[in-house]
Amino acid sequence: MLVHSRGARWALWAVFLVLFLPLFALPLLVVLGASFATHWSSVLPSGLTLANYRSATRGEALQALVTSLLTATGASLLALAAGTWAALAGAALEKRGKRVLDALFVLPVAVPSVVVGLSVLVAFSKPPLLLNGTRWIVILAHTVLVTAFAHQSVSAAITRLDPAYEQAAASLGARPSHVLWRVRLPLLLPSLTAAAGLCFALSMGELSATMMLYPPDWTPLPVLIYAATDRGALFTGSAVAVVLMAATLLVLFAVSRVRTRASYR
Amino acid sequence: MSIRFDSVTVAYDGDLVLDSLDLTVEPGEVMALLGPSGSGKTTALRAVAGFVRPASGRVFLGGRDVTDLPPYRRGIGMVVQQYALFPHMRVDENVAFGLKARGTARSEVRRRVGEALEMTGMAGWARRHPRELSGGQQQRVAIARALAIRPDVLLLDEPLSALDAQLRSGMLTELARLHRELPEVSMLYVTHDQIEALTLADRIAVMDRARLQACGTPQELYRAPANEFTASFVGGANLLPVTVGSGGVEFAGALVKVDTAEAVAGARATLCVRPHLVGLGAGPNQLTGVVREIQWRGATHRLYVKVGEHDVMADVSELRNPPRRGEEVTLHLAPDDAVLLPAGVSHG
Repeated sequence: MLVHSRGARWALWAVFLVLFLPLFALPLLVVLGASFATHWSSVLPSGLTLANYRSATRGEALQALVTSLLTATGASLLALAAGTWAALAGAALEKRGKRVLDALFVLPVAVPSVVVGLSVLVAFSKPPLLLNGTRWIVILAHTVLVTAFAHQSVSAAITRLDPAYEQAAASLGARPSHVLWRVRLPLLLPSLTAAAGLCFALSMGELSATMMLYPPDWTPLPVLIYAATDRGALFTGSAVAVVLMAATLLVLFAVSRVRTRASYR
Repeated sequence: MSIRFDSVTVAYDGDLVLDSLDLTVEPGEVMALLGPSGSGKTTALRAVAGFVRPASGRVFLGGRDVTDLPPYRRGIGMVVQQYALFPHMRVDENVAFGLKARGTARSEVRRRVGEALEMTGMAGWARRHPRELSGGQQQRVAIARALAIRPDVLLLDEPLSALDAQLRSGMLTELARLHRELPEVSMLYVTHDQIEALTLADRIAVMDRARLQACGTPQELYRAPANEFTASFVGGANLLPVTVGSGGVEFAGALVKVDTAEAVAGARATLCVRPHLVGLGAGPNQLTGVVREIQWRGATHRLYVKVGEHDVMADVSELRNPPRRGEEVTLHLAPDDAVLLPAGVSHG
């Protein structure tokens, strides 16, 4: 929206700050402040220390960070593969089939993640599909939860893709698989990396389904944060939360660098 | 290689977009498909490329029925209006694409890419990306890409429409040169621009409302159009409603002497005369009227003269003392320059 008068522009900035600061920025700043504190009884935290970070970057917490990174990487790659495949297949279907496919893929988002967690738990607790008690059940649940986002953003990108490219490739004698690997997927690369980043971020923060499924040797970071705050160790928990946030942002930044290089126009 | 349409009909959701097209492009011939938008010309081209499936009828390439073949097995080159160069590949990679897709040996790919870029004058740009090129350069690369696979048939879908006028006439010359250098390649050239069609084509197929209206050499279509649509779309023409008499036709109360050998006396018909063949002043077949509008077009003056109920257009060389609006003038036309057509829309 274009606002021309100076007064109106200031008013809009004021509204933005009033809404943005308390809702988005302040809670994050509070966590950041708490992560350096040993007490917080007055307006500002007191007893500043780095001890929280010392415990948040070694031992159990470090283990959990690695677990979270591996889970999120695995889940987002699987989700990207499945979501892209489904989106490409959906693009070739006629209208009604595509609508059914879209609805199916939205299902894990529409259903509360607790329900998804429970159904994965029930479904994979008996042989021959006994995954309960292994790390794979966590990765699987995360994949189920984030595939919807991968599918949605990739299929939106496919609709925007000019069919002239594939047709030019086909007229030059390229069979469909060649067109897919050399033309369509490279042109979709920016959207694919965006989807991967989104899936990764969602998986890094997943708690509700994970709580039901994680085995003792595969504790993701959000579970650790929950456990810390649950037993009252708020400041240690804050430091772990900041580590989680920083790790996620770092990966997203790296992904966006790939994306800039992959966009052509 | 020849291209043959055998009663090709295409329909989208019950709408006929191509109605029973019969047409043959001879080997090495340039055939222009000329028509306004929505005339079915692009659909016909896409049926040859394999991107449109005919509801009925067959498409033949060099005698082989390709109607059921997927596009990638037809071995045709195609150039479209928006170039469709692959943005993630360099110019040389774009041109090499078709060769690599066919598994051509690497040394051969390099040679043919160089050859195709040389032919289109783009050799110096091989390592650039398409986004770094101008529209005209991109279209040259697109043509090089289509030629690199050495197709027997080249399909061109409005290849010059995205270029500005000056570039267009330059590219037209280039296309004519390419055709001379590759005399065995048949070209199907879709355009709505009659100048492109007249300049480049060996024959022109005029399309309108999903149907083939006329097909012939540019000279045939220009000098002796078969119907009103062809006359007005190819070159522009006066289409005057007349009644056939003996030895001539009656127009606005005057007798105009023309060849009436193929017309029935007393029938209604349309007299087709090109504006530049209408003369100002006394001469054979005189018509008198009032100047309604006069336009200066540099080398010529275009006069709109009201003769009876109808406007007659005349293009004459630039006049030193042009008549004014409202002035009465005399026009004339040589009997050989007028063509009698079946009565059509000009009769209202």
